[in-house]
Amino acid sequence: MANLAALLLLADSRLPAGGYAHSGGLEAAVAAGLVDDVASLEHFLAGRAATVGLLGAAVAAAACRVTAAPQGHRAAFTALDDALDARTPSPAQRNTSRQLGRQLVRVLGQVAPDPRLGELAGQPHHAVALGAGAAVLGLDARAAAYAYLHESVAGPAAAAIRLLALDPFATHAALARLRARLDRLASRADEYGAGTVADLPAPAAPLLDVYAEAHAARTSRLFAS
Amino acid sequence: MNRSNGTSSSTRALRLGVAGPVGTGKSSLIATLCRALADELALAVVTNDIYTDEDARFLRSTGVLPVERIRAVETGACPHTAIRDDITMNLIAVEDLEQGFAPLDLVLIESGGDNLTATFSPALIDAQLFVLDVAGGGDVARKGGPGIARADLLVINKTDLAPYVEVDVERMVADATAARHGARVLALSRHEPASVRALADWVRELRGAQLAGRHGPVDPGAPAPHVHR
Repeated sequence: MANLAALLLLADSRLPAGGYAHSGGLEAAVAAGLVDDVASLEHFLAGRAATVGLLGAAVAAAACRVTAAPQGHRAAFTALDDALDARTPSPAQRNTSRQLGRQLVRVLGQVAPDPRLGELAGQPHHAVALGAGAAVLGLDARAAAYAYLHESVAGPAAAAIRLLALDPFATHAALARLRARLDRLASRADEYGAGTVADLPAPAAPLLDVYAEAHAARTSRLFAS
Repeated sequence: MNRSNGTSSSTRALRLGVAGPVGTGKSSLIATLCRALADELALAVVTNDIYTDEDARFLRSTGVLPVERIRAVETGACPHTAIRDDITMNLIAVEDLEQGFAPLDLVLIESGGDNLTATFSPALIDAQLFVLDVAGGGDVARKGGPGIARADLLVINKTDLAPYVEVDVERMVADATAARHGARVLALSRHEPASVRALADWVRELRGAQLAGRHGPVDPGAPAPHVHR
């Protein structure tokens, strides 16, 4: 894989883009009793990778291709943002995704300045911003998909340590067991990214959508989402 | 000085960070400052909370500022990260306020209550004050740390409670001044108008210095190596 250093930079949770304030729906799932140990966390992460992860990775791959194209960036970014809106029924999740996207663009604007980033919406979806950032850093669409998939599980796994006081080694072992699954999902996302916007997948986890809305309404919570 | 957002520090609001341990009166101090300065300066506030938006709700309930000028940032249980390592959420909140209510003179950023080592990044704020209170114990000032030793101003709050917690305020101020190698320490009680005026004057002077191009952010630095005696 080319430009591996750039991928590590983009996928690093220490990139100061505010991801640490979010649990990827895990806090709500814990509150609902869906996740209470490493085994149930692993199920949650696998489900998240296959739904939010795959969709976001496909959009990130598409956004990466679009950014690498010579022109038409703005319209293409808008189409991808619209596609993600249409595939994200929970308003709370749409807000979170656009907030994370805006934060990432704010960081990339100084970490890897590029006029194409200025063609993104004021609050692009996280996956769109990530795909554009990947392209600006010289990464290909599959790398963009990997970056999104990695964050889709690594973020909630880190949150699990705080929420449930799980053994951090056992939690990371669960992440390690997901590797082959993420490899397959990255390949699929890459293929979707090469297709049309209308053909992007629409995987869903309706119960998590409902929980996300409940979480957004809570007055006391550890994570913003 | 050129900031992360590329704007010159003399053309925008003074960004003042308020840090210090939980319960020392950061929100109350901010409410006090807003009351004292609202007639002469255009103000906004960003709060950082750990579990809730409690601090933002408290400030909104005081009526010291229009509610839309008070923004809450959620820090995912990492209040120190939000003001130091990963300031993006706070920076966006500050910039949104500066843009939405232009021209602002002063933006107060309240950190989530944390330990003695949490300080603001100079990329987020122009100056910071660190808040201790007498109820936390008279010896806390002697413990030092970057906030106590090198914040632009150290506030020892709730001095009216000193008799009840058997703390000698003069001694605590002297200890703090020694820990700060003579830098400014302010004993504050919101029930003592003279101390509130002194705090407001400090902010006025800072804003004046910023407008005159005489003030740039100084980093209190990482926790210093120390010996236990």
